[in-house]
Amino acid sequence: MSEHPTTYVPKSAFGKWFESRLPIAGLIHSSFIAFPVPRNLTYFWTFGAILVFMLVSQIVTGVFLAMYYTPNAALAFQSVEHIMRDVNYGWLIRYLHANGASMFFVAVYIHIFRNFYYGSYKAPREVLYILGVIIFLLMMATAFMGYVLPWGQMSFWGATVITNLFSAIPVVGDTIVSYLWGGYSVGNPTLNRFFSLHYLLPFMIAGVVILHIWALHVPGQNNPTGIPIKSGKDAVPFTPYATIKDIFAVVVFMLFFAYWVFYLPNYLGHADNYIPANPAVTPAHIVPEWYFLPFYAILRAIPDKLGGVIAMISAILIWCFMPWLDTSKVRSTAYRPLYKQFFWLFVAVCILLGWLGSRPAEGWYVIASQICTVYYFAHFLIVLPVLGFVERPLPLPNSILESVMGVQKGGAGMPAGANAEPHSKG
Amino acid sequence: MAETTTHVAEPTRRDFLYIATGAAAAVGGATLVWPFIQSLAPDAATVAAGAPVEVDLTPIAQGQIVKVFWRGKLIFIRHRTAEEIKAAEDVNMASLRDPQPDSARVKEGHAQWLVVYGNCTHLGCVPLGQQGEYHGWFCPCHGSVFDTSGRVRGGPAPINLPIPPYSFASDTKIIIGQEATA
Repeated sequence: MSEHPTTYVPKSAFGKWFESRLPIAGLIHSSFIAFPVPRNLTYFWTFGAILVFMLVSQIVTGVFLAMYYTPNAALAFQSVEHIMRDVNYGWLIRYLHANGASMFFVAVYIHIFRNFYYGSYKAPREVLYILGVIIFLLMMATAFMGYVLPWGQMSFWGATVITNLFSAIPVVGDTIVSYLWGGYSVGNPTLNRFFSLHYLLPFMIAGVVILHIWALHVPGQNNPTGIPIKSGKDAVPFTPYATIKDIFAVVVFMLFFAYWVFYLPNYLGHADNYIPANPAVTPAHIVPEWYFLPFYAILRAIPDKLGGVIAMISAILIWCFMPWLDTSKVRSTAYRPLYKQFFWLFVAVCILLGWLGSRPAEGWYVIASQICTVYYFAHFLIVLPVLGFVERPLPLPNSILESVMGVQKGGAGMPAGANAEPHSKG
Repeated sequence: MAETTTHVAEPTRRDFLYIATGAAAAVGGATLVWPFIQSLAPDAATVAAGAPVEVDLTPIAQGQIVKVFWRGKLIFIRHRTAEEIKAAEDVNMASLRDPQPDSARVKEGHAQWLVVYGNCTHLGCVPLGQQGEYHGWFCPCHGSVFDTSGRVRGGPAPINLPIPPYSFASDTKIIIGQEATA
């Protein structure tokens, strides 16, 4: 998977025979066993593993739901109720899938903001990072189409609002929308194709995840100091150190996940989605799922249809330019006293936008959304480029080891072997 | 005595074959994609189901808004009161986002009947009747306001509620989906 030479030597005769024909054991060994991991990683670096777990969980629960679900406008709502009431453990599988989507986004937002904080997007990880943005866009498309499938009121009107975004495109907008619908309005053909694509996209996500991990294994992981691994003493082998830590984090995350599934299974959904779709009545207050709210607030902040759509799409696409908009040579915000304050301000603005997205579009909510939208873009277009020139970063440690163990003076006061090179063991 | 260097710049038969093969593959690829894209468009059954529909106006009382469907799209039929018609006509054109006189939005001699598409021109929600500043419609989704002529007066909607094609078969019957031919 990378240029890291593998030391893997198959032991059995069959292993040798197989490895010379398909060197997959060596690939796994070099990528997930011997792979050097910075020794100072925090639990924020376990969210990649948590996300892989969530993707697998969503695919497995989704495949089972597809066995009982009927993608037809007349039958879909009933088939979901059939899953909830009749199918053995159907309620559990559906709640795992529905809440799993939210958990997936909880994990991905932590993963994204960890990347923002520690400057993981900067050279040499730009391609790795942009692949991540692509995964996020695919996740949004998948989640949106999944929410349409129960064919409740929020499903129907969410689909109407989101597909109508494309009608803002000049000249060809209306044609594109009728091709999305397969009719003159959201209807049975729309539901059918959304089901097909909802099943397809997770496997496309899985494909991009493989590229994402591949691109990660070329430069290796970033770490809280932002400085690269300079010697073997800065790193520990992936197995057992990262493996065990990732498994522990996944288990803790499963507890969090289970709490929602068993105690608050409908808290993150909307009650209106238990009313069958009715094209003659709009719910009093259309709100998307919580993970779309900040982008929804940006859409509504612009008092112009095309402008709002462009602003909403730009809010994500602007992420792709971060490696070049951020002019600071220092990766980790831990060494950027000024940027640290702007980072947390940006986090606050994103959360505020999310809350504003859940409010009705009236009065001061609109004005607040507009102020937050302006700041959101200013963060990328003004704060990131300018701070790199005006900020005086704190001195960086000489190595990852030094940041963990303090400056080396003959190893006094350190447990024996603490600064030994773990690679050389065994 | 000019010397010619034939093998340097001169296109060869092989170059031609590369370009011809590439062009054939591109045309073939586009031809193959075409039916897949077209399959996404509304199919013949959907188009056939979109034939004109007749609506009897007799049971619609003054002040009432009735919802009907044509081609899966919601249509409002509003029996306007005299005040509502007056409010729609007495409007300063310059103040409108999408200027249109009320007379252009109703059929001549039938000013009491307003027939408009029932989905907000912003993102397609159903606006609520007799609400908002102008007592026309108010969209609860993103706050667009429409007057008693279905014209946008505020909020993010870019244009007025569009008028579907329709004609009066008699004073009490309209055919939605068919413009008068005469």
